[in-house]
Amino acid sequence: MYAQMVKSTGKGVQALEEMSREERAFQERIDRGEKIEPKEWMPDAYRKNLIRQIGQHAHSEIVGQLPEGNWITRAPTLERKANLLAKVQDEAGHGLYLYCAAETLGVSRDELFEMLHSGKMKYSSIFNYPTLTWADMGAVGWLVDGAAIMNQVPLQRTSYGPYARAMVRICKEESFHQRQGFQIMMVMANGSKDQKRMAQDALNRFWGPALMMFGPSDKDSVHSAQSMAWKIKMNSNDELRQKFVDETVPQAEYLDLKVPDENLKWNEETGHYDFSQPDWDEFYDVLKGNGPCNHERLEARKKAWDEGAWVREAMMAHAEKKAAKKQAAE
Amino acid sequence: MSALFEFLLRQGDNTLVLGHRTSEWCGTAPALEEDIALANTALDLIGQTQLWLGYAAQVEDKGRSANDLAFLRDVYDFKNVLMLETPNHDFGRTIMRQFLFDAFQVHWLTALTDSKDSHISEIAIKSVKEAKYHLERSRDTVIALGDGTEKSNVIMQSALEYLWPYAREIMSDDAVDEEIASLEIAPLPSTIHESWLQIVEPTMRDACLKIPDSNFVHNGGKTGLRHTEHLGHMLATMQVLQRSYPGVTW
Repeated sequence: MYAQMVKSTGKGVQALEEMSREERAFQERIDRGEKIEPKEWMPDAYRKNLIRQIGQHAHSEIVGQLPEGNWITRAPTLERKANLLAKVQDEAGHGLYLYCAAETLGVSRDELFEMLHSGKMKYSSIFNYPTLTWADMGAVGWLVDGAAIMNQVPLQRTSYGPYARAMVRICKEESFHQRQGFQIMMVMANGSKDQKRMAQDALNRFWGPALMMFGPSDKDSVHSAQSMAWKIKMNSNDELRQKFVDETVPQAEYLDLKVPDENLKWNEETGHYDFSQPDWDEFYDVLKGNGPCNHERLEARKKAWDEGAWVREAMMAHAEKKAAKKQAAE
Repeated sequence: MSALFEFLLRQGDNTLVLGHRTSEWCGTAPALEEDIALANTALDLIGQTQLWLGYAAQVEDKGRSANDLAFLRDVYDFKNVLMLETPNHDFGRTIMRQFLFDAFQVHWLTALTDSKDSHISEIAIKSVKEAKYHLERSRDTVIALGDGTEKSNVIMQSALEYLWPYAREIMSDDAVDEEIASLEIAPLPSTIHESWLQIVEPTMRDACLKIPDSNFVHNGGKTGLRHTEHLGHMLATMQVLQRSYPGVTW
């Protein structure tokens, strides 16, 4: 998932006895593991929360096309070019399923775009970082898709039917992307001196931002409890971050690359790695719009949208003319 | 350079250069569906490039690979037609260029399925399916945008006028084509012109667009004698890693 800091009602979780009859029946269905479908009754706050979360996820997919799109024209071989194109195309496809899932909640794709462009809705902080060398295509696949998978796999069991089903398909593709990214890193890490340097540099730059993808520490995460009760968030931020570190560190060792954290060490007692928190000040700066590429990413999206307006208008006009002609002929 | 090698470079460079141009759209198309469709087209074209240049490298037999041919030749060794290296400019020009190419390519590849060279006919059998799908989409889009609004009609007319002088280079014949035709590897490209027009003319009529009167044709791409200035910039981008770090594995 690429959703961070999704705002919830902020009221905390109500006890069953405090709920209305409808709310209670709804919560009980969720507790039984039933799926909620678009036309069924749901609390307004559940609907709003899901729109924010799915919308943020969808925006992340399409803004996420940009840092990788940055290397499609410079991919070093025909195979790499084809693979990267296919990956970025998959991301556009993920955006499409997710916007469709959001539409089932009563918000149109155009409305969501408008909220993205006006800054009312966010996308994952990770896509506000630049991709500077070819090794970044490896690091993004390995770390960014890797972190996304940690979140998305449990979301296949999320309570909202269309979201859960979109996630099943997305997860299959994401895990393929992650392996592809790791394979790029492997070639780079075992390559020439320059390539190895690029690989280490990419890990240095993406490690902290990847850890931030899970959102702030549980103690600072004010919106989680209600989302977890509704099963639109399945695990806590810290839990997933730990899982990510535990899985990724041995992979870095295998690549003979150094994770940029002096405090990283295996803890026999807990059975997990101890690690340093990422720079949370930087995280909040990025969320506020002060990341290295916030401006470029949003500008690129707005420019594409504005420059494409004549195409969308013409397509609509043509479809209307065709429909009118057909009607006249009948 | 053998005629067969040159012929294969022409096929592979056409798909490579257009595939690259199309891939430049990634993430910035007018709608998500268009983004996906453009990426899909680019992917098909890059896939076809691997086949054409792979066979070219085999025919040349000098130890070069498809990647060497794509990433380590300079402008004057590229054999794509000029139209395909022209910049995307806007979505209108991009889709018009695609259509004018697809309308040729469908007939051309269909003819190549009967090539005496079995390797070429195999590549053509695979590629023509993709080309037919590309044509269906580019033709529908050209019609929709030409017919759509007053503004879109002006944009599409201007795209057609810009591209028209480039569109028929691909159907001009030279000594290489004559040798290839005499070996029954491929027909003369000029023989496709009539069927190309049979697609282009009704499409432009449905799109409310006027085909320019001029018969002028810009040449120099498929022979490699004189490319546009745009190709060098494209190659500078495309080849940067192979040029900067020679001899390594990616």
